[in-house]
Amino acid sequence: MIPLAEPGKSFGQRLKSALADAIIAGWIAFFLFCLLLGVRTVDKVTGLTLAPRPGLLAIAVGIVVFGRLLLNLFVWQAEHPITAPFAKFFTSEPFERRDLIVLGTVALVAALVLIVASIVDAAGFRLVATCLLAFLGIGAVRRAIVNFFPNLPYARIFTIGGIAFAILFPLVSYLLEKAFHLGLPLRYLFDLSILVLTYVMLGWGLNIVVGLAGLLDLGYVAFYAVGAYVFALLATHFGLGFWMCLPVAGAAAALWGVILGFPVLRLRGDYLAIVTLAFGEIVRIILINWTPVTNGPNGVSDIPKPTFFGLPFSAQASPNFASFFGLKYDPLQGIIFLYYVILGLALITNLVTIRLRRLPVGRAWEAMREDEIACRSLGINTTITKLTAFATGALFGGLAGSFFATRQGFISPESFTFIESAIILAIVVLGGMGSQLGVAIAAIVMVGGFEALRHTEGLQSIFGEGFDPALYRMLLFGVAMVGIMVWRPRGIVGTRSPTIVLREKQPISKNLVEEARV
Amino acid sequence: MRPWEKDPLLRVEHLTMRFGGLVAVDDVSFDVERQDITALIGPNGAGKTTVFNCITGFYKPSEGMMKLAHPDGQSFNLERMDDHDINSRACVARTFQNIRLFPGMTVLENLMVAQHNVLTRASGLPTGAVLGFGIFATMGALLHIGGFARAEREAVDYARYWLDRVNLIRRADVPAGELPYGEQRKLEIARAMCTRPLLLCLDEPAAGLNARESDVLTTLLCDIRAKENVAILLIEHDMSVVMRISDHLVVLDYGKKIADGSREEVRNDPRVIAAYLGVPDDEVAKVEREVRQ
Repeated sequence: MIPLAEPGKSFGQRLKSALADAIIAGWIAFFLFCLLLGVRTVDKVTGLTLAPRPGLLAIAVGIVVFGRLLLNLFVWQAEHPITAPFAKFFTSEPFERRDLIVLGTVALVAALVLIVASIVDAAGFRLVATCLLAFLGIGAVRRAIVNFFPNLPYARIFTIGGIAFAILFPLVSYLLEKAFHLGLPLRYLFDLSILVLTYVMLGWGLNIVVGLAGLLDLGYVAFYAVGAYVFALLATHFGLGFWMCLPVAGAAAALWGVILGFPVLRLRGDYLAIVTLAFGEIVRIILINWTPVTNGPNGVSDIPKPTFFGLPFSAQASPNFASFFGLKYDPLQGIIFLYYVILGLALITNLVTIRLRRLPVGRAWEAMREDEIACRSLGINTTITKLTAFATGALFGGLAGSFFATRQGFISPESFTFIESAIILAIVVLGGMGSQLGVAIAAIVMVGGFEALRHTEGLQSIFGEGFDPALYRMLLFGVAMVGIMVWRPRGIVGTRSPTIVLREKQPISKNLVEEARV
Repeated sequence: MRPWEKDPLLRVEHLTMRFGGLVAVDDVSFDVERQDITALIGPNGAGKTTVFNCITGFYKPSEGMMKLAHPDGQSFNLERMDDHDINSRACVARTFQNIRLFPGMTVLENLMVAQHNVLTRASGLPTGAVLGFGIFATMGALLHIGGFARAEREAVDYARYWLDRVNLIRRADVPAGELPYGEQRKLEIARAMCTRPLLLCLDEPAAGLNARESDVLTTLLCDIRAKENVAILLIEHDMSVVMRISDHLVVLDYGKKIADGSREEVRNDPRVIAAYLGVPDDEVAKVEREVRQ
């Protein structure tokens, strides 16, 4: 039941319907929470017993009832919803006087809370007030930029800025650290960035299959595993290096893409999703059980690191990278090199995808997503088109897999579980299927944001000292997903940009675009 | 010999299509002459779209032969070919009763997808990726230089020519899903023409159009017949359109061919009138008497 604002409704009527709605919501919350929060199992000497927790239950239900009541009165049924001024930060509608008063009041109150909280040292209030002020500030800056420069190519600036940052970040931070000894946690930052970039690359690879060709693939991790194992086995059995094995691993993964593609040619939507899911599991189970080749659950270890034109980064090797260039040996050099390897691989994935979209095969992928029957009536062989989509997506998955193997130095079937496929698919869906920029942002938010939740000391001051944010990461993650699906159901980037233009380029609303059904 | 039997582009012989026990098309034979407009008409459920789906390869007919003869002497047995081969090799294009555009792609992109096979050959991707030949063309295509860039320019020019013909040039960068209904119909015809067909099959092109739009459509079809080397086979319910433009009519009823001839012959054929308008009551009574005896 969604109460709608009806003009001309008196305050009494509004209050009545809002109260009724809040009470219904309260009952629903009560029934939902009475087992989840209302009772707790306690291990006593007599055995496992149930201990009621009425206080907690009352708080949860109270939050639902009053939250719903306030939302009803001031947002959903209000003539001037209190959230409207904040929503205007994301649009270009003009501010009215009322909006400015609301925003000014909120900013003033937040600033006061911040000052008082700083004086009495209440970290929780300080955190909330800082977040609020930061939101207002960023919103105001965005409005100002949009007002003064309405026609800037934002997506392009964002892309170029992002790539420039990605290229400069490790070198600059490393040099700054060496020069000024700032005490930055460089090792941690580089490892995290490498992880994020791996997922960016995987997201871009899967985007070809799911976003462009519209084939829902829940077993993408299988290709990641094939790439990793092909490189690991070639390297440990035959002593081949990373750069030698990289194309082989990519080709092997692409071959597996075709092998998966053949049996599923006739499937679409949910059926395709189930078969690809099974394929991912089959590959993992083979890796576990084929012990003579894959070493089973023990995995493959001692996988070599990549070399810089033949120069290794390890301290033991005797001409190594540092000695050859007359530098002081530093383990960070190897990590920075790995960073640039994955950055290069990810950018190649991106460039090839962008180019392929403008080639006939890429247009055929998108046309197949839109309407397969029309495609066939235009002479497009959808069998080959599907297989190329699977093969190209798998190729990049395989390349990312062999990078993963060389970075970890050890792989086992544990690394290639279904949850990896789910995360990669979530990145593509959240980013907006088919959008390169959106997928990159989603990968940074999902992987980097996940990691950032480890470092939220402010939350402890709100929820008590015993609160460990790492335990609630999945919950917060789920809330974020629900939020995005409610407010931006087509993903962060909700438009598709045309591949060829006669006069002027205009983004296409995703409401017109077909997409893989999840 | 009838004018359309001399050197037909498409010869359909004894075409039968069964779905289980239902005979949707029953022993239908007709010819489609080069550069003619041939209309396939009949009441609802007569099997017209089934005939179309057989010709364009979406159904495999239960029996019968469909022979398409190219001007250069090559001939194709359509009943043995895959649907995409029928378009790309036999040069048969079609439109659909319920429009099937690519709604999320722009008007121009729709026409570029239609030129997929021309562009794919220029990009060298199929041979380049699979066999290792044509790798230079593939690299050129990836870098957008050389033969592929030229082929793409030509494809854009051809698309632009058709956009001019159907008067959609100003809307080239608009997503196809945003066009009004009448323009979507015209775009679908332009898209089919961009595959450079010899036979264009139109499934109810005037359905849902108002009088002015269907006038524009008939002019367009006559124009295509006059200027392009293409035969048109169309299914249509709007008799004013059919009678204005078609050279040759084939009438189906309950899956059987009941008439085949020029406009006048078909208009005066008692079986066609009976199929469309029904028969007088006394005739029904006569048949009932016969059945009882």
